Amino acid sequence: MGLDINTKKAKKNAFRISKERGMGASRIRVPGGYLNAEILGMVQEIAQTYGNGIVHLTTRQGFEIEGIRLEDMDEINQKLQPIIEMLEINQTDPGSGYPASGTRNISACIGNNVCPFANYNTARLAKRIEKEVFPNDLHFKIACTGCANDCAKVRLHDFGIMGMTMPQYDPSRCVSCQACIKGCKSLSVDALRMENDKIIRDTEKCVGCGVCITKCPTRALTRSKKKYYKLTLMGRTGKRNPRLGKDFLVWADEENIIRIILNTYRFVKEYISPNAPGGKEHIGYIIDRVGFEEYKKWALDGVELMPETILNECLYWDGIHFDNKGK
Amino acid sequence: MGYQLSKQQAAEMFQKLSKTYDLFAPVRKKGEGCFSDTDVIRYEKVSSPEEIAWEAKSDYSFKEALLPINETLFYFTEDETLVPKAPAKARLVFLRSCDLHGVKRLDEIYLKNGYEDYYYARIRTQTKFVLMGCPSSCQSGFCVSMGTNRSDEYDAYLKPAGEVLYADFHCPQLEAYAAETGAAQAGVTPDYVTENHEKVTLPKKLSNESFSNKIWEEYGNRCIGCGRCNFVCPTCTCFTMQDIFYRDNEKNGERRRVWASCQVDGYTDMAGGLSFRKSQGDRFRFKVMHKIYDYEKRFGYPMCVGCGRCDDVCPEYISYANCVNRLAKEEEAHEE
Repeated sequence: MGLDINTKKAKKNAFRISKERGMGASRIRVPGGYLNAEILGMVQEIAQTYGNGIVHLTTRQGFEIEGIRLEDMDEINQKLQPIIEMLEINQTDPGSGYPASGTRNISACIGNNVCPFANYNTARLAKRIEKEVFPNDLHFKIACTGCANDCAKVRLHDFGIMGMTMPQYDPSRCVSCQACIKGCKSLSVDALRMENDKIIRDTEKCVGCGVCITKCPTRALTRSKKKYYKLTLMGRTGKRNPRLGKDFLVWADEENIIRIILNTYRFVKEYISPNAPGGKEHIGYIIDRVGFEEYKKWALDGVELMPETILNECLYWDGIHFDNKGK
Repeated sequence: MGYQLSKQQAAEMFQKLSKTYDLFAPVRKKGEGCFSDTDVIRYEKVSSPEEIAWEAKSDYSFKEALLPINETLFYFTEDETLVPKAPAKARLVFLRSCDLHGVKRLDEIYLKNGYEDYYYARIRTQTKFVLMGCPSSCQSGFCVSMGTNRSDEYDAYLKPAGEVLYADFHCPQLEAYAAETGAAQAGVTPDYVTENHEKVTLPKKLSNESFSNKIWEEYGNRCIGCGRCNFVCPTCTCFTMQDIFYRDNEKNGERRRVWASCQVDGYTDMAGGLSFRKSQGDRFRFKVMHKIYDYEKRFGYPMCVGCGRCDDVCPEYISYANCVNRLAKEEEAHEE
């Protein structure tokens, strides 16, 4: 009896159809790449029972259990259930595995659970965004990174969320040691200088990375109570026109960023090409086609920015064009 | 005389004290630590016992309550100077035993070391100290080794315990505030530790060879010269001078004194461009020697009070305590 598999359904169910006939891989999403080590044992068990014993750590911080037989998909979905529950993944039908795969795992750098430079808990935000956007078949890539170092490479994502902090300066605690100035110059953007033995911050240059704060030996420089984020838009890899995401909002807040992401789902639903192969079209190409002004209208619906948030009204992307050579 | 104050009585006492005194106590500043979502405990004005961080040692010592990080010594115009007024209120400083021993070191430097320092003296003479007990040892402190684990030099001792506040007084003026609330008398003795996790042995005698010990180079290579160890230290007293000329009229300005660190660039810079102790190792040696040798030679007792803050704060994990122990061990071996 031949294998009769609905591959479209299987792919939406987070299985990969592999090179080898009849074989596939099971993809496990781990928002923020943050998980209880107990899950590793569960992954191991599935890999050894149903797969070839090999697990790939995916570029989006999930697991891909390789060498599974496509006819075992239902059984594997049962085995995935405790993992899905432990990671609190939104699900429509328990025991049926992942309800979608278009919107990819929300990835994140290690964040302020561990990293001294991170400006927020990236895993927490990744989980929160996952809760808001998943399941969805639309092809969205979202990533969170703790600071302007961008270890999570969020500029290669449709939505990049970069942690920022607004340095708070108390001149009465400052001893003019210049550790902040030296730190900013060597590790960041050289936005600080000294005048009358006190620090002046060039607010146009400052990227809110927080290096000055970690360098300050007296707590003259501290983090803002409010957590700030930079939202970069429409970075991507790909065959036609890979490019880095551009700053859309600077000094933005979490709520508005989530609103913009959800608004973008509505925008894509409205404008996605009916001919998109597998219903998959990078948002960036849709914006290229529709125009940024129209996108902005949709994105900012119901968004009330804080007074300190900088909104870049016009975004132009460059990047390498492989799609118009010789034209 | 000891008292047991109810929550309400304690609040009343603090309220009344705040009218006469500025109360400086360690406060947990949420999110103001070095890293994201970390706290720092440092000194600030308080007006209630709830604001005080009783539960842990402060990251920065009490010294900023007596010795502001920035202090304007005088303002100047073209032909006049004006000394700012002393703080209007007297001060109550809440601190632990190690820090109370630190006060003695500050006094030694600012009051008894030649001329009395006008600015320090005018705050110091108006300051009373409230001891916070240590029911158990902190992780890094070695107060027992330094003999600073107990102090009877307090004006008041306060200890919160659940819903009540225990108090003991040596200062009759302060005691009156507690008595006024109608608080019940109680036998109260300060908590203090008799053993630390960290133990430090000072070298009995330092040979001249210790000056060129390889230890200094080793630590010097690790030290980044940030000065945190000095800034958190309850006994570091160095400052530098800054003359500020106001931007809008550069003929007016002010002279400030600002905390300085012997580990930070510029400390030994002199007019004419001379500079000493250029290497971080030399600076580290100077600091350690000052704490355990130079000061003692001059005043008869070691400078370090063993609070352990320098070890807690060092971003490069340099342990002053371990360094001193290594020195002692090496000197002992050298003797033999």
